[in-house]
Amino acid sequence: MNCTDLLSHLSDYFDDQLTTELREEISEHTAGCQHCRVVLNTTHQTIEVYKGNEIYEVSPGLRERLHSAIMAKCLAKR
Amino acid sequence: MPAIQSPATEEVHPDVALVARAKAGDTAAFEQLVRQYERQIFRVAQHITQNREDAEDITQDAFLKAYEKLEQFQGNSKFSTWLVRIAVNESLMRLRKRKTSKTVSMDEDVRTEEGSIPRDFAEWRPNPEQQYNQAELADILRKTIQGLPPGFRTVFTLRDVENLSTEETAEALGLSVPAVKSRLLRARLQLRERLSRYFRQKQEGQPA
Ligand SMILES: [Zn+2]
Repeated sequence: MNCTDLLSHLSDYFDDQLTTELREEISEHTAGCQHCRVVLNTTHQTIEVYKGNEIYEVSPGLRERLHSAIMAKCLAKR
Repeated sequence: MPAIQSPATEEVHPDVALVARAKAGDTAAFEQLVRQYERQIFRVAQHITQNREDAEDITQDAFLKAYEKLEQFQGNSKFSTWLVRIAVNESLMRLRKRKTSKTVSMDEDVRTEEGSIPRDFAEWRPNPEQQYNQAELADILRKTIQGLPPGFRTVFTLRDVENLSTEETAEALGLSVPAVKSRLLRARLQLRERLSRYFRQKQEGQPA
C-alpha cells in the first residue's frame, strides 16, 4: 500500500467498513510513514471534535419560539 | 390475537405509528414528530446556510411542507431522512436566492482539488479541547466549516455531525453512495487541513 492508496481508504477506515486485511495494510503503512500517521490521527481528531461539539445549539427559548411558529403554520393549513 | 403482528426480525420504527396517526388528522401525533426533529432540522439548516434567521425560516417551512405532503410519505425511508431531505432542499434553495448571480446545487464545487492531497503534517495532539475553552473551540469549528463549499459542508454535516449513515445521507441528498463517500473524504481532509492551521498556530504561539 502506498500513500495514495491509504488516502482512498481513509473514510472507509473511519467508518469501520474495511476488511481486516486492508486494516492491517494500513497499520503496516502508517508504522513506517509519519505523514500518513499524522493525517490519519488528525483526521480522526477532526471528526471527533465535530461529533462531540454542538456548535449550533438551540437554546430553550429559541426552541419554544420555533415550535410555536411551526405548529401555528401547520394548523393554519388544515 | 392481533391480526397484524410484525415479525421480530423487522422492527417497526415508532415514527411509523405517529405518521399514520398524523395522516389520519391527529395533530398531537404530528406535534410529537415536530418535537422529536425540530432541533435536528434547525441545526442542519444552520450548517448549510450559516445563517440563523434563514435556519429558523427553513425549519418552519420544512415542517409545513412535510405536513402538507404527509400523504406522499410512503414509509420506504425513515421519516427523519425524508424530513432532512426536505430541509436540505429548502436550505439549498435559500442559498441560491441569496447568491442571485450564482447557482448553488449539490453539484457545485465538487471539482475543488484542495484537500485531495494533504499538505499539513503538524500533529495536534493531545485533544485540542484541552487547550481551548468551549466558546473558543465552537468559534473555530464554525469558521472552519463555513469555509467549505456547500456541497461538502452538507455531506459532512449529515454524516459526521448528525450521524446519518452513508446510505441515509445519499438518500437525503439525492446522491449516489460513491458520490457521498468521495465528498465526505474531501470534506474531512479539507476540514483537517483548516483545523491543523488553527491548532498549529496556537501551539506555536504558546511554547511549552
Ligand atoms: Zn504514507
